[in-house]
Amino acid sequence: MIKVHNLHKHFGDLKVLNGIDEHIEKGEVVVVIGPSGSGKSTFLRCLNMLETPTEGEIYVDDEQINAPKVDINRIRQKMGMVFQHFHLFPHLTVRENITLAPVKLKKMTKEQANEKAMYLLKKVGLEDKVDNYPEQLSGGQKQRIAIARSLAMEPEIMLFDEPTSALDPEMVGEVLDVMKDLAKSGMTMVVVTHEMGFAREVGTRLLFMDNGVILESGDPREILSNPQNDRTKLFLSKVL
Amino acid sequence: MNSALFIPASLATWFADVKETFVFCFIEKKRYTFLTEGIWMTIKVSLVAALFGLVIGFVIAIFNLSNKKALNKIGKVYTDIIRGTPSVTQLMIIYFVVLAKTGLAKWLIASIAFSINSGAYVSEIIRAGILSIDKGQTEAGRSLGLKGSQTMMSIVIPQAVKNIFPALCNEFITLIKETAIVGYVGLVDIQKAGDFIKSTTYEAFMPLIGTAIIYFVIIKVLTVSLGKVEKRLRKSDVR
Repeated sequence: MIKVHNLHKHFGDLKVLNGIDEHIEKGEVVVVIGPSGSGKSTFLRCLNMLETPTEGEIYVDDEQINAPKVDINRIRQKMGMVFQHFHLFPHLTVRENITLAPVKLKKMTKEQANEKAMYLLKKVGLEDKVDNYPEQLSGGQKQRIAIARSLAMEPEIMLFDEPTSALDPEMVGEVLDVMKDLAKSGMTMVVVTHEMGFAREVGTRLLFMDNGVILESGDPREILSNPQNDRTKLFLSKVL
Repeated sequence: MNSALFIPASLATWFADVKETFVFCFIEKKRYTFLTEGIWMTIKVSLVAALFGLVIGFVIAIFNLSNKKALNKIGKVYTDIIRGTPSVTQLMIIYFVVLAKTGLAKWLIASIAFSINSGAYVSEIIRAGILSIDKGQTEAGRSLGLKGSQTMMSIVIPQAVKNIFPALCNEFITLIKETAIVGYVGLVDIQKAGDFIKSTTYEAFMPLIGTAIIYFVIIKVLTVSLGKVEKRLRKSDVR
């Protein structure tokens, strides 16, 4: 589904990604962990071209997405993204946040999008907030709405960039529950997170990144309990 | 006390004097028609200039924010020239040189001159407004598959407008007062009308204070109504 070959990303002299090769299959829930500055967010942002790779190729469904003249907007429609700081549109109601893209991109009529919005809000447990503005919601609620907003485009892949890192501790659970449901429904997910419990419970694969490369990849339970790489051992000894 | 009687008596004469000058300056020979025509002229020139100025300002702001070097250059030269020269000079150059032979209505030429002037200031306001919106908003829009222009129009601009509305109102008010120089190219606006009355009546106080009051009232009405619009724009801020 996603193939990454020799991915490099440099910001000026700063080399954030230094050659990443990775295949992500349909239905996988890939959890990416690593110390801050290891390049995990940048890796995720390259997958939908929010960052332009300096070198290397990224393929989605066998189509190279960082080739010139590729219609990246079409590709992004099948890749939802959830951000650490939600980025809900503050001038729009919850309903408008969710329906904006499907209607603007002519994927659905207004009525269909509204129906979809209600369905998704029910799924994330927030149907009573449909006419509220983002400012009236708590962090956890905002993030669940942000997930619903992405799902409204009916993506094949969902990217999560530290979706619970900006939340108060008591709100982490409600967001993770939504993500778990999504994983169980068979969605292909790439999740950058510090939630080792989530990785253990629903991750089908864990990637450990440091200094812009993937140092270890494999079954989450196995890596978390018995890491092979020294860097992974050190990192896990600090966070677990 | 005598003085208690003295003050009302002198006030009464003062009022009588004022009334007499008022009638002499504005009512006699229907001189108020200068002013009513002047008011219409000021409103016409400023409204059209504000509208075009907004359009020009938006285009120049997009130029300045673009990642195409040539567009940046155009935007920068434009704002530099406009901000570096007096508006009365710009008005005269456009009226007597650039658009002199076009046969356009005089007031329209003046409007164009003012919109070119206002556009430079508006562009800076709009540019700042767009930059004030968190980059995450654009990323969220783009990650949903929206085009850059769609993200700009549906997500960034509506939020920016709310932020820059007071600054835009300020610019509009400045523009209205700035149009008081159209007398330089022979148009009769409020200022010029007051000036006419001054020179035909040899009265300075009444026509000039009258001119000031008319400008003040127009701008006051505008400020109050724009304030109401701003309130409505802020409806998504309620907590």
